[in-house]
Amino acid sequence: MLSFLNALPGAMSQGLIWGIMAIGVYITYKILDIADLTVDGSFCTGGAVFVMLFSGGANVWAAMLAALLAGMLAGLVTGLLNTQCGIPAILAGILTQLGLYSVNMAIMDFKASVAINVTQADTLEKLLVSLRFVQGAIRGDFPLWRHPILVVGLFTVGLIALLYGFFGTELGCALRATGSNGSMARAQGIDTDFCKVLGLMISNGLVALSGALLCQYNGANEINVGRGAIVIGLAAVIIGQVLFSKLFHNFALKLLAVAIGAILYYIVIQAVLAVGLNPNYLKLLSALVVAVFLSLPYWKGKYFHAKVKTGGASHA
Amino acid sequence: MLEVKEIWKVFNAGTVNEKQALRGVSLTLKDGDFCTVIGGNGAGKSTLLNAVAGTWAVDGGSISIGGVDVTHLPDHKRAPYIGRVFQDPMLGTAPTMQILENLALAARRGQRRGLRWGVTKAEKEQYQEMLKNLDLGLEDRLTSKVGLLSGGQRQALTLLMASLKKPKLLLLDEHTAALDPKTAAKVLELSDRIVAESHLTTMMVTHNMKDAIQHGNRLIMMYDGKIVIDVSGEEKKKLTVPQLLELFSKVSGSDEADDKLLLS
Repeated sequence: MLSFLNALPGAMSQGLIWGIMAIGVYITYKILDIADLTVDGSFCTGGAVFVMLFSGGANVWAAMLAALLAGMLAGLVTGLLNTQCGIPAILAGILTQLGLYSVNMAIMDFKASVAINVTQADTLEKLLVSLRFVQGAIRGDFPLWRHPILVVGLFTVGLIALLYGFFGTELGCALRATGSNGSMARAQGIDTDFCKVLGLMISNGLVALSGALLCQYNGANEINVGRGAIVIGLAAVIIGQVLFSKLFHNFALKLLAVAIGAILYYIVIQAVLAVGLNPNYLKLLSALVVAVFLSLPYWKGKYFHAKVKTGGASHA
Repeated sequence: MLEVKEIWKVFNAGTVNEKQALRGVSLTLKDGDFCTVIGGNGAGKSTLLNAVAGTWAVDGGSISIGGVDVTHLPDHKRAPYIGRVFQDPMLGTAPTMQILENLALAARRGQRRGLRWGVTKAEKEQYQEMLKNLDLGLEDRLTSKVGLLSGGQRQALTLLMASLKKPKLLLLDEHTAALDPKTAAKVLELSDRIVAESHLTTMMVTHNMKDAIQHGNRLIMMYDGKIVIDVSGEEKKKLTVPQLLELFSKVSGSDEADDKLLLS
């Protein structure tokens, strides 16, 4: 129990970082109505671009911006495969993801793992987040404001504000209309192909940004870091939706629910690990959780019919 | 306003399901014309409308709207000129978005969409007023999701959206076919009102001969991918359903078509 409590701040920090990825998944899965599998690759791309640039002496913000742009490029590829080559979105995502494995290897100089030298105090000092800040900020080795929960929390709130603003603009509304009803969108003069590509770019940009943050947090980027990311993202989206759909109607709050969903996911994982589950079973567990939660609405519709009053006047 | 010249369209070319849907159709609508389009199943009514809307490219011929050649433009690039209401009430609106947001999207039809706000405060009041005029009880539900509305409400909303930014051409594709008779009559009446108020050039496809005669100032009937009857003005006003049927069997050279038309 004590080990679980000790691990809690770390789990929450990780959850927050993955939450940014989950917000990216929300944009494609919920807003554009596309299950985009690119994220399994673009998450690692973000970390890879970050670790190479940062290790090469680049500013931490510049390296994160580059990671974001690299992710957007990955989204662009999937988007073009889907809209310009007529490949179904799921397959387009799988193709990009597969190709990205080689690309990520190439970015990381064909090493399966590249580390940031966090034992050097001045290198560590430059990072935005790190595992070492979790305890360090509490112990007083670092200022308290550097605690990852605070830093990533603020970062997430900033991103949500930005996205909330964007999806309230004409262009943002066009994106939402594209996902909601393509034929309506086109009838209003919206280029739905463009909107899909743009949405995929924004989504994968966020995913890569999350990858860059996790790379900092772990102090290293591994080639397999993004494997199953889409499932974690979906889990966060679904947990957030199941728990908060009755409570949160505002778009910003819905995004917040996704972030909270990711935190809860990591807390649950931590709890399961504390109970003594072999970590190798985690992926199976994640898959099962997502499968069950995705099935629930279907079963609900099929086996539990809502009671409705019959007869009476219907409204035109 | 609309000039369709010799357009051709074949579906599933080279297969057993090959269907020559349009065979050199030409049609010119003057500014303010309200043209109803009738014909049996597979006659090419909806195909003609989709060709004008740009759902797909035609195989031959040309289409221009208000003097602009749109033959090679995809549907979303023709949207600046065209307002559309679909047969399926689900198609014309975005169900997961608010009534307000749907209207705001329509108000920007054909404009470049940038980073200005998607809905402004001034618009909100304006739409509230417009919805009040529709008399569907929607003016107090501006922030409701359109998915919660009935088919009739959606079609009425789609009509309002299609005319919000005055189009050069309004296309109504059997837009009352999926509604119950009472609602259908209401939506039709609303269509008449909107067309008259904004002096819109309109094409309305319908299955209902009576509606086709009662509404608009011109009537065309399609058969086998061609326009076979074209009446307008006084002649159209005096037309009756039996006359129209008789006219049709004369043109198509077959009696069985009567049943097909009546039953469809």
